[in-house]
Amino acid sequence: MKFAVPVFPGSNCDYDMVNALRDILNVPADLVSAQATNLEGYDAVVLPGGFSYGDYLRSGAIARFSPVMAAVKDFAATGKPVLGICNGFQILTEAGLLPGTLQANRSAQFICQASELIIRNSRTMFTTAYENQTQISLPIAHGEGNYYCDAQTLAELRANHQIVFEYVDNPNGSIANIAGITNRQGNVLGMMPHPERAVETILGSTAGLGIFQSLLSHQREGAHA
Amino acid sequence: MLKNIEPTPETLRDDHIYREWGLSDAEYELIVKKVLGRLPNYTEAGLFSGMWSEHCSYKNSKPVLKKFWTQGDQVVAGPGEGAGIIDIGDGQAVVFKAESHNHPSAIEPYEGAATGVGGIIRDIFSMGAKPIALLDSLRFGELTDEATKYLVSQVVAGIGGYGNCIGIPTIGGDTAFDASYQKNPLVNAMCVGILNQSDIQKGQATGVGNSVIYVGAKTGRDGISGASFASAEFNDAKTAQRSAVQVGDPFMEKLLMDACLEVIHDHRESLVGIQDMGAAGLVSSSAEMASKAGSGLELNLDLVPQRESGMTPFELMLSESQERMLLCVQAGAEKEINAVFEKYGLDAVTIGHVTTGHQYRLWHQGKLVADVPVDALASDAPVYQREQRVPVRLAQQSNVQFSPVVTDVTTTLKQILQQPTVASKRALYRTYDSQVQTNTVVQPGSDAGVVRIRQTDKALAMTTDVNGRYLFLNPRVGGEMAVAEAARNIVASGGVPLGITDCLNFGNPENPEQFYELDESAQGISRACQLFNTPVISGNVSLNNESNGQPIYPTPMIGMVGLIKHQRDITTQDFKQPGDAVYVLCDTYADFNGSELQKMLTGSISGRLFDFDLEAEKRNQDLLLGAIQAGLVASAHDAAEGGLIVAIAESCFGNNLGVSLISDLRAVEFFAETQSRFVVSVPQEKRHAFENQMQSQVTYLGDVTATDRLFVQTADQAFDVPVSVAKQLWEEALPCLLK
Repeated sequence: MKFAVPVFPGSNCDYDMVNALRDILNVPADLVSAQATNLEGYDAVVLPGGFSYGDYLRSGAIARFSPVMAAVKDFAATGKPVLGICNGFQILTEAGLLPGTLQANRSAQFICQASELIIRNSRTMFTTAYENQTQISLPIAHGEGNYYCDAQTLAELRANHQIVFEYVDNPNGSIANIAGITNRQGNVLGMMPHPERAVETILGSTAGLGIFQSLLSHQREGAHA
Repeated sequence: MLKNIEPTPETLRDDHIYREWGLSDAEYELIVKKVLGRLPNYTEAGLFSGMWSEHCSYKNSKPVLKKFWTQGDQVVAGPGEGAGIIDIGDGQAVVFKAESHNHPSAIEPYEGAATGVGGIIRDIFSMGAKPIALLDSLRFGELTDEATKYLVSQVVAGIGGYGNCIGIPTIGGDTAFDASYQKNPLVNAMCVGILNQSDIQKGQATGVGNSVIYVGAKTGRDGISGASFASAEFNDAKTAQRSAVQVGDPFMEKLLMDACLEVIHDHRESLVGIQDMGAAGLVSSSAEMASKAGSGLELNLDLVPQRESGMTPFELMLSESQERMLLCVQAGAEKEINAVFEKYGLDAVTIGHVTTGHQYRLWHQGKLVADVPVDALASDAPVYQREQRVPVRLAQQSNVQFSPVVTDVTTTLKQILQQPTVASKRALYRTYDSQVQTNTVVQPGSDAGVVRIRQTDKALAMTTDVNGRYLFLNPRVGGEMAVAEAARNIVASGGVPLGITDCLNFGNPENPEQFYELDESAQGISRACQLFNTPVISGNVSLNNESNGQPIYPTPMIGMVGLIKHQRDITTQDFKQPGDAVYVLCDTYADFNGSELQKMLTGSISGRLFDFDLEAEKRNQDLLLGAIQAGLVASAHDAAEGGLIVAIAESCFGNNLGVSLISDLRAVEFFAETQSRFVVSVPQEKRHAFENQMQSQVTYLGDVTATDRLFVQTADQAFDVPVSVAKQLWEEALPCLLK
């Protein structure tokens, strides 16, 4: 399974993601330019955290016009996994690959801390390694992670089991404690917490490994099917 | 459009216009008679005002800085370049430096703090190093007025706004509050980087005909004469100097950093030298690069990328617009270098060349607008031997040690945990991304921040420290204590102290009492550095820190980095498990002058500073480090502000554990601030080995418990409080005070 990690000017978790994939999970991963126009040969795409284009105007608002995002849309349409973390989540909502939007935190401050999450859907291709309804702790680090969507969208998210992670102690004011959602098809996941920061004991947690392990086993099963 | 009409050289002289830029009459005369042999024009006088400011020339502090201990086998590069470098083995080195941004932060706290961070990052990557961590040492006035609360929130937001965006973790620092900083906050930022020693760069412009390339942001009118401004005394009238404050763009800096590191790594044959444009902007970087190399330089200012129209040579040369670097590149390699910057969407323009001789020449619209000896700008600033005198307050200091009376020690503990200097700083540091780059092993809140070094078993511990109160009572011993406390933090984290950087924040050097403080503290720092084998490898001086005539406490911030040889040695302050034995290393005395308790009970600090034994300090640190490296220690925490009981409480908070302890000290002595002490916890099965190794320097107090109770029976009273209650008071104090 080969991962593409698009790098936008201002991305700053791109190397963290590639290091986690290569060094800890032993899977091939490439940094891909935001100018790239195709993602052929890759099995999964991870949009990393950071401040793409300085987050000027609005988080993710400029990045969504990058050439690589057209390729990400095509890639997502094939049903292959697309994961957006933090700024990556923001870009996915701006690009229309996920519903809703991410606003400034309720406190109007950047928050970096460990955050308790409940797994609300362990049947997605990103979460099979976790037990449903269990609690994990992942780091968050964002200023604009306050998820919002209208009532109808929220009802749809719930009805389709698109809410994957919920905060136990909602740190940023997100509607319905939402920390991560998928698209309707379930192959695009956006999440504010950083699983790539929780893959080594020395860094304090390995709770993030499950996301990548889930994707790897999804790929293996796909190969058998 | 209005045409800028510059004063003639004669007007400049007759109206003493240079005084507005901080040049004295004597300095002006020196330029006229010795340096040029003629009257300087407006631009030239401006160049000298920037380059001869304290910020650039250290003209007041040089005689003091010479006293610093800068030796040591581990030193690869000491003071002089952008930042100092220390060998950490395996061909790698650690690069670090701190810089103050006090005056800009007083005027415009968000941008002042943000650009302080941006500037120190450039100092690190211009050496060829990848920045891996940031720390911040902050001092504010008491949190009693809205203006101070605003300063705190905006400074913290500025630090986070820059560091978070650029993707360098902010992993430590220190924050304290005292009335002496009310209108003159201290904002000292430190950056740490690592590099392969083969990648070390120098800020030099050599080789006649080689190109001088300007890269990064365009030049605007922000921060003009910032270096002179930062070196001037502060008063209310100067709040009108907002244009001297720069505006930061961390996104631009991220691109600039990545592009510069790519040039350094992949185009080393073409790169001759690289330096950031910091204080005194273009003139400082270019003149220093030429002077260091013994070269001449010629620049065409029409080619400088400009954000505004009609900028004068004076403005172009003295602007402190951020996110700009100057490169010296082999003739013929310009296109190759420019292509790298183009890839990042950055301006890269050849604006001049290295020339024969030693003249510094600037051309603007076809005219030669400055023609001065380059060394006169960069290295020949006058040096002043300032007068010094023992301050009246020290000459008249009482020898009596404060003798506090505390009737209910548990209540006093609760109060002291809520003092802003002691209280948890989590509300501040949780707004900093401390984990990006995924190397942070110990996050903010412990004695030192720790980052591991990938592909090795090593890690680096780093901290900032100084207690201005101790220096106010005794500048020399307080200086020793500042270094000792920094080293204590490194050692408690499992590291061997390697070296220090500093920001010397002091008052007016022309005031003999304030200069005495600077000189004395430098001697104290130097002595401690020699003893700990932690040479001074870089630093910065910030003088004239006073508001409306009142100087700040003498506050030489010490930034220290230590090497943790094996990652298994990484130690934090938190008690780990119930049953572990709790020890205190080193005896406690009734040392209360300058203490948090004295401040809390009397509203101020006074009296002779208590004794300090540097040799005993070193012995204790060596003992503890040996025990940590032998794998005997579960947690270690140095006892600082608030004394032993605060250190014990803080050790409980991390993992929500209790303690049950007995001591033959009097309860009030648990607030004493005797130096050289650590609270250490040890697994039961290792107690025997630990006690043997510590050569009877430790006292066993009791054990860690699984209960929610901090209980300490002393010779007279008992501390008895639920850990959860104490923790809540400690955590909520600062957010509450900031509201």
